[in-house]
Amino acid sequence: MNSIVRYFKGLMLLELIRGLRLTGRYLFSRKVTLQYPEDKTPISNRFRGLHALRRYPNGEERCIACKLCEAVCPALAITIESEMREDGTRRTTRYDIDLTKCIFCGYCEESCPVDSIVETHVFEYHGEERGDLYMTKEKLLAVGDKYEKQIAAARKQDSAYR
Amino acid sequence: MAELHNYTLNFGPQHPAAHGVLRLILEMDGEVIVRADPHVGLLHRATEKLAEFKPYNQSIPYMDRLDYVSMMCNEHGYVLALEKMLGVEAPIRAQYIRVMFDEITRILNHLMWLGTHALDVGAMTMFLYCFREREDLMDMYEAVSGARMHAAYYRPGGVYRDLPDQMPQYTLSKWKNEGDVKRLNENRQGSLLDFIEDFTNRFPGYVDEYETLLTENRIWRQRTVGIGVVTPERAQQLGFTGPMLRGSGIEWDLRKKQPYEVYDKIDFDIPVGVNGDCYDRYLVRVEEMRQSNRIIKQCIDWLRKNPGPVMLEDHKLAPPKREEMKGDMEALIHHFKLFTEGYTLPAGEVYTAVEHPKGEFGIYLVSDGANKPYRLKIRAPGFPHLASMDEMTRGHMLADVVAVIGTMDIVFGEIDR
Repeated sequence: MNSIVRYFKGLMLLELIRGLRLTGRYLFSRKVTLQYPEDKTPISNRFRGLHALRRYPNGEERCIACKLCEAVCPALAITIESEMREDGTRRTTRYDIDLTKCIFCGYCEESCPVDSIVETHVFEYHGEERGDLYMTKEKLLAVGDKYEKQIAAARKQDSAYR
Repeated sequence: MAELHNYTLNFGPQHPAAHGVLRLILEMDGEVIVRADPHVGLLHRATEKLAEFKPYNQSIPYMDRLDYVSMMCNEHGYVLALEKMLGVEAPIRAQYIRVMFDEITRILNHLMWLGTHALDVGAMTMFLYCFREREDLMDMYEAVSGARMHAAYYRPGGVYRDLPDQMPQYTLSKWKNEGDVKRLNENRQGSLLDFIEDFTNRFPGYVDEYETLLTENRIWRQRTVGIGVVTPERAQQLGFTGPMLRGSGIEWDLRKKQPYEVYDKIDFDIPVGVNGDCYDRYLVRVEEMRQSNRIIKQCIDWLRKNPGPVMLEDHKLAPPKREEMKGDMEALIHHFKLFTEGYTLPAGEVYTAVEHPKGEFGIYLVSDGANKPYRLKIRAPGFPHLASMDEMTRGHMLADVVAVIGTMDIVFGEIDR
């Protein structure tokens, strides 16, 4: 009996029609597609994108060359050299992140005791030639200056959890 | 009459159905497979060796990259090995968070598997629908860890951060007016848990849709029923685990058989197959998605009621809070010590296994008392599955090889390590 029912069901293409009805419904329903460059998905405060070096409000760079990020980086993407400045403070003379090595684990930000190295929400950076993705101190500070407002807002919102 | 000879076909590594970089040497008799010889190693990145040169915590991000569609489960295996060696246990809330995200990961993995398997076999729509749901799951990943895939969220002694109380919102754009934004943000008003709960309420409906499209579908059944049959005895002999073993009818699930974290307090069932063919394994995995959904729901209920720490307070193992680190000298010293040297494990060896979406993911760790592993061996569930490729495809047609690759749920990140 069962096999007869199954035979007739098969003959009437029931399961195919049911499937087509489902896809047909979706054809006329609202689309979930986003029109990417103009339109974006929301980004979490914890998002880990392009790196940046931050400054204090008075314009002084935060990084004190403790080299904790260099030590913790699993991919060995960070290179730091430091020197004493005239005013007796220690600052970096070189702070490089090789983005082609970086695995965006966020450990540098986690380790930084002065909130200097951070990962911003920028995920669409690119390089046009070899070396463009080798971030130097100047480039990193420039990214930091450009996105400082957003960086600070995200850090503030997430501070309770860290 | 010309004499016919076997000929050899090189399948992959650039074949779209090879799921990454599988290279198969197929010896064919016409369209029938006589011998299948999988070649591995094209995605070898020496994860095990790299781990020998880093403090323990720094290998966690590399675990994400093993099986890159079930990231947090890999981390879980590794973190559990460290915890077992250290003799510590994560706070109960962290354990629930881990279980919840393990199950989110399982759905994430099975959706990826279902989409690509169906796509290989000829059902384009499945792929689109599965990826639509994956988007929500990725948002959960991002909300909690900051990365959509490579989370680096689990730590020995807990998880890095507690679940956030708010979700990021959609904003106005050229393509979205206020009404659209309001509709899109509807399930993002509350905390992450609300967002996940909304998903778990919707998800069974989606699974029904997938089943409408596939379970009874004649093309799907013709392509999967009776293909790649593995008997229960043979499945055990071949070292199958996870859905591959359960598809053959053996009820074996590490979450039940040797419960880790809080799985013993959670109510769920283990689906098993009957015939051990591709179709049964499909049914098992679809049911697993429903069960995962059930587990997530139970975790949400518990997590709502029980706030608490998500990381151990032991600063020899877990870094202090940032506030504390900035104000207290001792905390700062702990912070520096942990991020430069890390911690040491007692000398000895340990094996831990978790029920990864693909099977048993094991970490065998040998420590000589240093702050890095002496040896780390990863048991990738996909490897024994792939090793049975020859046996499963022999005598089948060329097109069935694709179905068999699909049903194995192969991801080369873990197989080649």
